[in-house]
Amino acid sequence: MGFKEIYNLYSWEEIKESINNKSSHDVEMALSSHHRTLEDFKALISPAAVPFLEDMAQLSRQFTQKRFGKTIQMYSPLYLSNVCNNFCVYCGFNFDNKIKRKTLTPDEISLEIAEIKKQGFNHILLVTGEARQTVHVDYFKKAIKIIKPHFANISIEVQPLEQDEYKELQLAGVYAVLVYQETYHKERYPGYHPKGKKANFYYRLETPDRAGKAGMHKIGLGVLLGLEDWRTDSFFCALHLDYLQKKYWQTKYSVSFPRIRSAQGAFAPNVLVSDRDFVQLICAYRLINEDVELSISTRESEQFRNNIIRLGITSMSAGSKTNPGGYAVDTKSLEQFVISDERSAHQIAKFISSINYEPVWKDWDKSFL
Amino acid sequence: MKKLIIAGKEFHSRLFLGTGKFGSPKQMEDAVLASGSEMVTVALKRLDMETNTDVLLTHLQHTHINLLPNTSGARNAKEAIFAAQLAREALETNWLKLEIHPDPRYLMPDPVETLKACEELAKLGFVVLPYIHADPVLCKRLEDAGTAAVMPLGSPIGSNKGLKTIDFLEIIIEQSNVPVIIDAGIGSPSDAARAMEIGADAVLVNTAIAVAGNPVEMARAFRLAVEAGRIAYEARLAITKRTAEASSPLTAFLD
Repeated sequence: MGFKEIYNLYSWEEIKESINNKSSHDVEMALSSHHRTLEDFKALISPAAVPFLEDMAQLSRQFTQKRFGKTIQMYSPLYLSNVCNNFCVYCGFNFDNKIKRKTLTPDEISLEIAEIKKQGFNHILLVTGEARQTVHVDYFKKAIKIIKPHFANISIEVQPLEQDEYKELQLAGVYAVLVYQETYHKERYPGYHPKGKKANFYYRLETPDRAGKAGMHKIGLGVLLGLEDWRTDSFFCALHLDYLQKKYWQTKYSVSFPRIRSAQGAFAPNVLVSDRDFVQLICAYRLINEDVELSISTRESEQFRNNIIRLGITSMSAGSKTNPGGYAVDTKSLEQFVISDERSAHQIAKFISSINYEPVWKDWDKSFL
Repeated sequence: MKKLIIAGKEFHSRLFLGTGKFGSPKQMEDAVLASGSEMVTVALKRLDMETNTDVLLTHLQHTHINLLPNTSGARNAKEAIFAAQLAREALETNWLKLEIHPDPRYLMPDPVETLKACEELAKLGFVVLPYIHADPVLCKRLEDAGTAAVMPLGSPIGSNKGLKTIDFLEIIIEQSNVPVIIDAGIGSPSDAARAMEIGADAVLVNTAIAVAGNPVEMARAFRLAVEAGRIAYEARLAITKRTAEASSPLTAFLD
C-alpha cells in the first residue's frame, strides 16, 4: 500500500478529536512506554501533555544526546532561484508577487559558495521555487557540478521531481531531498495552493516515495506551522515518517519546523503556534523517534534557537540569506522569509560551544555516492 | 596483565575509544587521555582533509594514540573500499575499522557486504577490523577472509544496553583465532568489565563516555573496569556453583 492509500484511511476530524481527547493518563502511559507508537505521539502532542512538558524535555534531551551526542550539525541554505510558477498564498516568491526574479548563473553560484565556504560551512542546502522552464534537472546538475568540489554534503529543497530525476541528481551528488507537504489537510490545501503544479496535493504527497525509490540518503519532511491545526497536521507528518521509514529503510529522515509567525510578511497565520507548543512538538517527535534528525532554521529567534539546542534539535542553519544572490551577488534582493536570527555562523557556533555542544561542520564525505 | 596483540602490534590498553558525540574536541581529547586508550576510531566522514587542520585530528596528536579510521556512512562494500583507500591516504595508516550499515536507524552491520569488503581489503593490504553482529559463523568466515580481529556488537550501537548478545559472544570468543573486540552497546563500566571477564580481548566504547555527565571521569572508570575485568579473566574466576554443598551428601554411601 502506498502512502496515498494509507493517508486516505484517516479522517482529519477524527484524528483531531482523538488528539484532543487524550487524557493525562494517556500521556503518562506514553512517557513510561518502551516502544512508543503513533497513539503515544497523539498523547504527547495533545493539550493533556502540556503539564508534562518538562518531563518530555528531559527525556528528549537524554534520547537526543544518546543518539547524536552533544553536537549540532551546521548547514547553510543557498537560494539558486526565486522564479516560481506557483501561487502559494503564504510565500514571498508567489507568482503574483511583483518582485525582481533571479536565477543564479554559474559565475554567480561560484561567488555565492565562496562566501558560504568562508563562513565555515561544508553542508549546503540548495533552494529554488518551481519553474521548470528555467530551473530544471539540467540546471541542478550544472549547479551541483560547481558546488560539489567545495561541499561534503548537498541537499535540495526544490520542486517535486520524478523518480528518475531524483536518481540522476543522487548520482550527481545530492544527499538529501527536502519536501514539505505544508499541510496534510487535503480539503484546505487548495486554498493555500490555488494554481500551479503545487496545487496537486497527491503529487506532492507521493514525492518522498519517489525520492525513496531513487535511493536518496535522506528525506526531509515538514509541515508549515501556522496554516492548520498543528497537532493534527503533525500527526499526519509523523504517520508519513513512520510509513517511509519502514518502506525505505536505507534512508535517513529529518523533520523541519518552518513556522509562520505573526507580524511577519504579508500572510497572517491562521493558527498561532506558540513557543510552548513548538517545544512540545519537538519533544514529541524525539520521544517517538530517537533517530530522526530535527532541524531548525533562522526563521526562529536567537533566544528560541539558543534554548532549543538542548531539547532535541540536531541541525541548524546559520547566517542564512533567503534571496538568490543574497550572500555576495545581490545582497539587497527580496527574501523568501524574514530572518529572525541574524547572527553570523561564527557567532552561532561560538554560542553552541559555550554551552558545551560541538558545532559539526562536516559529517559526510563526497566519496560516498 | 597480558598485552593485546593485533596484527603484530602491541597494546597496553584493552580499551578502544570512539571520538564522536563529545561536547567539544578538547573534552574528547581529555577523555581519551584519561582512558589510557592507545587506539581511537575516527569517522572518515567527520574529517576535513581539505584544510589540513582538522580539529578532531589536532586533538589526537599524542604519540601513544593510534588512529583507526572507520567507514561509517558506507552502505555497501564498494563504498567502504573506496572510503578505506581515502582514509589510508589521508591518515597514513592501513588499519581500518570496517563499518557497513545500510540501515541508518539501528546501524545494523550488513554481513554480506562486510565479508565481501573484508576479503577485498585484506588483499589490498589493510589491517581490517570489521564491525559485525555477534554471529559466530560470520566471524569464522571473516577469519578465512583475512581479518585482523572481529568486532561483534553487544547490543545496538549507541544504545547503552550492555551485553545483550552475551551467549553468542561467548561462542565467538571460544572459537576465535583472532582478537575479539566487543564494539557496540557497552553502556557502563560494569558491562565492560563483564565483557573482559568472559574473555573478550578488548572493548570499544563511545556513547557511554561521550554522553556521560562527566566524560573524563567516566573514561577513567572504564579504564579501571577494563583492567579489572581482564585481570579477573586471567586470574580465572572461581566457578559459580549450581547447587549448594549438602552436609550429608546423597552419594556418601559409596565411599
